Amino acid sequence: MNALTGVLRYLGNYAISSVWRLGYGARLFLLTLLYSGESFKRFQLVLKELYSIGVLSLVIIMVSGLFVGFVLGLQGYNTLEKYGSEQALGILVALSLVRELGPVVTALLFAGRAGTAITAEIGLMKATEQLSAMEMMAVEPVARVVAPRFWAGVISMPLLAALFSTMGVFGGYIVGVVLIGVDEGSFWSQMQSSVDFHEDILNGVIKSFVFAVAVTAIALLEGYDSKPTAEGVSRATTRTVVTSSLMVLFLDFILTSLMFTS
Amino acid sequence: MIERTKMDLWVGVFVAAGFAGLLFLSMKVGNMSGFSVTNGYTLHAYFDNVGGLKVRAPVKSAGVVVGRVSEIKFDNERYEADVVMKIDGRFKFPKDTSASILTSGLLGEQYIGLDAGGDDQMLKNGDKFQITQSAVVLEKLISQFMYNKASESDSNKK
Repeated sequence: MNALTGVLRYLGNYAISSVWRLGYGARLFLLTLLYSGESFKRFQLVLKELYSIGVLSLVIIMVSGLFVGFVLGLQGYNTLEKYGSEQALGILVALSLVRELGPVVTALLFAGRAGTAITAEIGLMKATEQLSAMEMMAVEPVARVVAPRFWAGVISMPLLAALFSTMGVFGGYIVGVVLIGVDEGSFWSQMQSSVDFHEDILNGVIKSFVFAVAVTAIALLEGYDSKPTAEGVSRATTRTVVTSSLMVLFLDFILTSLMFTS
Repeated sequence: MIERTKMDLWVGVFVAAGFAGLLFLSMKVGNMSGFSVTNGYTLHAYFDNVGGLKVRAPVKSAGVVVGRVSEIKFDNERYEADVVMKIDGRFKFPKDTSASILTSGLLGEQYIGLDAGGDDQMLKNGDKFQITQSAVVLEKLISQFMYNKASESDSNKK
């Protein structure tokens, strides 16, 4: 009997604290949107974050894209060759990159590369009481710290995903056409005839935009809500990666089922 | 900390590269510059069987894309499939044009082929094709072949 109430109490505590966190996250998100006008007025703040979130993620995104393209070209060729349709390699590489791998892998890498940095930075600001100091100086920390990072993430992720897909197509081209010797004309023409601007490319951009909002918002919330200790910041950083990766995969399933089923 | 002008430059490079990637995807990978129906008109065609025809499948005449299938529905009065297609306004077809469902290549996608007739009057918005030819169903083809073979060998015995 005692054990049962213990379990129930734990369950209740868990439910209450998760609802509380959800509400806190929603309030922070709304506050971020509310203060985003101010951060756009001082665009230099957003630019600085664009540099540290977007530009510094360029190398990892582009190199990963290239290698994913290499692998797609190699694996796709090996499978398609069995059915004598290696000309369709362009379609396979382009569609899988533009629809799925581009947005999803970019979002996962972005969570690891930039999301953790955001969480750790804000968590450390909180631990060293820089956020409280801002409030003392009547500077709203959401407007000064959170909103610029949010918009920098939302702006840079679709661009990074586009670069990832571009590098991937290029990688598939290098392996498929240059190294293996698939016909160049049919590689490009088959790709162009079956990749639709609206259906595939625009939906991919929408996907990466949604992922950007999710990953950046989670990273900001974890940082802003972290325990102001060394351990708390490290826990928050871990949670950022875990939660945003799961969220990206979950949202990807939802979006795919909405977009690509007629 | 990196100085401000350098940072601005790098952000500019990043944003420009991102948009260049998007442009590459939409122009070189996608078919944004390709065919799209503008101010077209719709035509109906009734088929006994549409086979694997899908919405957005191309409508071709002489191998050139002239329109796209916009809707496929079942007509409960005629017990036939009603295929609605949107044809580009630049192309006009005679009234006795025939529509048939064809397959590109052995395993390719299915499309609608239009064979122009010789009538003076042209098809207008909302008109339907008089002559249609359904998709070839492989099972029917095979059973017909087997039936013919069987009847051939029967007549040989007599």
